[in-house]
Amino acid sequence: MIRSFILALVIMLSGSVALASPGPDEIMEDPALETRAVELYNLLRCVVCQSQSLAHSNAGLAEDMRVVVRERLLLGDSNQQILDYMQTRYGDYVLLLPPVQANTLALWLMPFIVLIFGMVIAFVYVRKQSSKISDALSPEEESRLKKLMEDEGQL
Amino acid sequence: MGRLLPFLPLVLFAVMAVYFAMGLRENPNEIPSQLIDQELPEFVLEPIEGHEQGFSNADLLGQVSLLNVFGSWCPPCMTEHPMLMQISRSGEVPIYGIDWKDPPGVGFAWLERHGNPFQRVGDDEEGQLAIDLGVTGAPETFLIDQAGRVRYRHVGIITPEVWNDTLLPMIEELQAQ
Repeated sequence: MIRSFILALVIMLSGSVALASPGPDEIMEDPALETRAVELYNLLRCVVCQSQSLAHSNAGLAEDMRVVVRERLLLGDSNQQILDYMQTRYGDYVLLLPPVQANTLALWLMPFIVLIFGMVIAFVYVRKQSSKISDALSPEEESRLKKLMEDEGQL
Repeated sequence: MGRLLPFLPLVLFAVMAVYFAMGLRENPNEIPSQLIDQELPEFVLEPIEGHEQGFSNADLLGQVSLLNVFGSWCPPCMTEHPMLMQISRSGEVPIYGIDWKDPPGVGFAWLERHGNPFQRVGDDEEGQLAIDLGVTGAPETFLIDQAGRVRYRHVGIITPEVWNDTLLPMIEELQAQ
């Protein structure tokens, strides 16, 4: 029972793994170039299905763009040259890692701003809570303490 | 400050809602073209199988023209086709076609069946020029000026509205220059 459950789970989970592209005929002969090609596929956005990288898209255009990446690699381009090549044609959109520049500053800085903001709020809150805890006893506590001590014969 | 603090999430929500509402008005498929006001990349396209002449970027010099990327495999291109035929018949502007990723002979058969609105058709079976032009899908249409520069790019179907409100006024203005 448990075994078949686990088996079913494994089958279901493995089904969600994209088994698509790049196809086996797309692997470069030189393993070093293949590693760089895969690296570049992961840095470039498929312009048809924009939330996927070239490494995960099986759109026709993504296939063509991978061909270009491989061609440029064989021509001896550096990784940066290939990214630039795509950027001059498709703009910043094609880069999955957006460059830091005026119009992307908010994008890059926002997580840090939110983090600092949250830390300030947390700090202020903790300070406020701790200031409420005072060492002095309230009148009720005083009287209770007094009674207890009397009972014990301390006073 | 302390009393206003509980309203902070609401304010943040309002700011984000306005921001995202603005984002909804944009079409995420329209990646801005990098070619606006730039010269077309140099290219020489072979004729499609069945035609005599292809064309190069030099053929577009000295006139205002439209450069249309299409494919027989593309349903929206079929929808757009009657509009291209109409523009072609009106004689307002010559249209050049780039047959994108069609196997040999297929683009020709498609044009035979539905009519050919193009002055000339170039074959981009490999899709190399499409990438150089930053094409993200078909149909896509570039407005080219006399100097061979891209002045406008339209993504998607040229509807009568797009033609009347956007393309035709720009074409007339460029032709007057």
